[in-house]
Amino acid sequence: MSLNPLTPTRAARPFRLACIAALSLACCTGAFAQEKVLRIAMTAGDIPRTSGQPDQGYEGNRFTGIPMYDSLTQWDLSSATKPSVVIPDLAVSWAVDAKDQTKWIFKLRPGVKFHDGTPFNADAVVWNVGKVLDKEAPQFDPAQIGVTASRMPTLRTARKVDDLTVELTTSEPDSFLPINLTNLFMASPAHWAKKLAAVPASVTDKAERSKQAWTAFAADSSGTGPFKQSKFVSRERLEMVKNADYWDAKRRPKIDRVVLLPLPEASARTAALMSGQVDWIEAPAPDSLDAIKARGFKLYSNLQPHLWPWQFSVLPDSPFKDKKVRQAANLCVNRTAMKELLGGLMAEATGIAEPGDPWRGNPTFQIKYDVPAGQKLMQEAGYSAAKPVKVKVQTSASGSGQMQPLPMNEFIQQSLKDCYFDVQFDVVEWNTLFSSWRLGAKDPGAHGANATNVSAATMDPFFAMVRFVSTKAQPPVSNNWGYYSDPTMDALVEKARTTFDDKQRDTALANLHAHIVDEAPFLFVAHDVGPRAMSPKVKGVVQPKSWFIDLATMDMN
Amino acid sequence: MLAYLLRRVGYALPIMLGVSFLCFMLVHIAPGDPLVAILPADASADLQQQMMKLYGFDRSLPEQFAHWLWRALHGDLGTSIATSRPVAQEVFKAVGNTFMLAAMATLIGFFFGALFGFVAGYFRNSWADRAASFISVIGVSVPHYWLGMVLVIVFSSQLMWLPATGAGPDGSGAWKWDLEHIKYMVLPAITMSFIPMGIVARTVRALVADILSQEFVIGLRARGLGELGVFKHVVKNCAPTALAVMGLQLGYLLGGSILIETVFAWPGTGFLLNQAIFQRDLPLLQGTILVLALFFVALNLVVDVLQTVFDPRIERA
Repeated sequence: MSLNPLTPTRAARPFRLACIAALSLACCTGAFAQEKVLRIAMTAGDIPRTSGQPDQGYEGNRFTGIPMYDSLTQWDLSSATKPSVVIPDLAVSWAVDAKDQTKWIFKLRPGVKFHDGTPFNADAVVWNVGKVLDKEAPQFDPAQIGVTASRMPTLRTARKVDDLTVELTTSEPDSFLPINLTNLFMASPAHWAKKLAAVPASVTDKAERSKQAWTAFAADSSGTGPFKQSKFVSRERLEMVKNADYWDAKRRPKIDRVVLLPLPEASARTAALMSGQVDWIEAPAPDSLDAIKARGFKLYSNLQPHLWPWQFSVLPDSPFKDKKVRQAANLCVNRTAMKELLGGLMAEATGIAEPGDPWRGNPTFQIKYDVPAGQKLMQEAGYSAAKPVKVKVQTSASGSGQMQPLPMNEFIQQSLKDCYFDVQFDVVEWNTLFSSWRLGAKDPGAHGANATNVSAATMDPFFAMVRFVSTKAQPPVSNNWGYYSDPTMDALVEKARTTFDDKQRDTALANLHAHIVDEAPFLFVAHDVGPRAMSPKVKGVVQPKSWFIDLATMDMN
Repeated sequence: MLAYLLRRVGYALPIMLGVSFLCFMLVHIAPGDPLVAILPADASADLQQQMMKLYGFDRSLPEQFAHWLWRALHGDLGTSIATSRPVAQEVFKAVGNTFMLAAMATLIGFFFGALFGFVAGYFRNSWADRAASFISVIGVSVPHYWLGMVLVIVFSSQLMWLPATGAGPDGSGAWKWDLEHIKYMVLPAITMSFIPMGIVARTVRALVADILSQEFVIGLRARGLGELGVFKHVVKNCAPTALAVMGLQLGYLLGGSILIETVFAWPGTGFLLNQAIFQRDLPLLQGTILVLALFFVALNLVVDVLQTVFDPRIERA
């Protein structure tokens, strides 16, 4: 027996070993338990709204909509190679009423809970439709209308059938509704009611009380999504923590915390990545791509549902009223060279939907680089090198989704010279261009332009096609800026809208798209590819053919 | 002194009213639709009308101005179109951030500007004068946006010594005067300080050169006053003009530099103005410009009063 008190006895040794083992385990657990934090620098200048209907365009849906909320339907973001299609989310199935095609029945997913612990059910759906469409509802929020209503232009009302069944009504038969509903995010009615109850009684105006409740809700939101809001500092940062109880086990997050930082300046975002301040930046500065790669960061990009076009005016004084001129322009742009000019950060457009997309169809007119064919069409239209056609295009120096409008347009200007076009530009400020887009080619604000250059998201059939070519969508209704009108096109739109079988609807949309390419109401130029750079620590990144990306399935080293 | 103070405040009031009117009108005559940022591209005419009514843009301009001014006098600058948050809350938070940055930039700029100015003024036509003048010329002529990017590339991207963007390590919105927070301020403050540094240096150099050539300085030296004593007299004679110049510079800095704050994503008034312009958020734009303009007028008032304190001859004039 040892007399040294520091020498353990035989009996004490197992205890000491157990202590060492426990300490080691605690240390290891501590190491494993280190919080996984993903820091993202967005292009937005502010945190997109967190009240359930995000602003800041689709970047808002990407970073505060989809991570924190669910919708009845959602985009499948699981593949980088297949087109992103609509799949069930909080609705497990849906069907249109065969007798009255303005009514839809949605069956809801059972067992889903909001972040505040209250159940998601039919009442919640009715309440969320009311927040943007029912002016009499206490939760009606005009601030959320703008970013919602026109993304589901035909939705009118919602009615509870039972706890897990809801009936939605549209203003006219509209097969696009399930696609549009990806934009309606479900916020917790009970959580909002708590915020409303906390508004001081001295505020008596109903609209003001609602507004204050929504402001409080935005600072402490509650949806059903895979991440929960944990910290909000306006214009500085939003933090979200994982929802360990998320209903979809496949999308239960592995990353503990996501930090969103608004950094609108490309060089600032790039510097933040290079200095280790963030792990992920949206849209890195194009001239920094080589440096980013050289430092070991990973670059991701993929074809997005986006179109960078010239949208033609077909008014009587426009040369583009002649289909041959429209098609000739489409044959005279060397898109491959333009892609090189942009450092590879674009996809060559041969329509709105590209091959592989279910809405592509089989156009007879092939958009490609073929100057002799373009020259031939121009000669048939009455133009030549000696008698070029003057066209004016309205554009901006920058703007949301506009890529790099000035160098791209100057490139097109040079290309089109070969096909007897004399292109002039009317460069206006982005907001002016965007306003003018709504007002149409006849408006004085168009300054007599024969084409306008506004890039567009093309996620759903209405946004992608109908609003540009339907006679009903001429200004001031929607974005048929150039007053395009064609009975065949209108019939194809009608057919697609009233075909309720998914596959048949896709076929109808493919026929519509093929006709659009054949008629060429646009100069189809480019699609954006959503470039982003990330630290190699970020794992499981799938960049789908979408504006969106799924944070829930990612991991970090 | 009190009468002078009241008179100066009396002058400031119509200026403030004029400034309010100008900033209200300026954003209204700019092209584009104020609701373009929040309305989708294909918003119906009905929806547009509804939103115009909601934000009061359907009223006549005089009506809108009267309504806006009345609310502003009661501390209500309206609601941001883009965020639905109260404009006053947004603006005052940004003013606080810009004030910290401007204070730091002013200290750096004033210290180095005065130093370079005195050195150049005291040692006219020497190499020290040429070096100090060169630095002050660089200070006013280098594009600050470019300078900020160069500093970021060197100290953030390459050396990784200082953060490239933001206003603090945790984004808590609550500033602390500790090393972790000050690190975020160093690059934007240095970039911003180049403007006042150059201007102060040139002003002080001219003043020092002028004062040193005056007879009373020769007299002071002839009476055996040491160089330190002469220096004190020079400083005292320089102070009112240098203070006025610095006051104006502080006013400009409080306005925030849109470019510098955007490059460093510093959530101050410049960053806010940038966002308000891009989002065409009229209430936010008007509120920010109004608060900054009033700050500027108030600051001028303070500088005038301080000048009088330093040199009572100004009041008599």
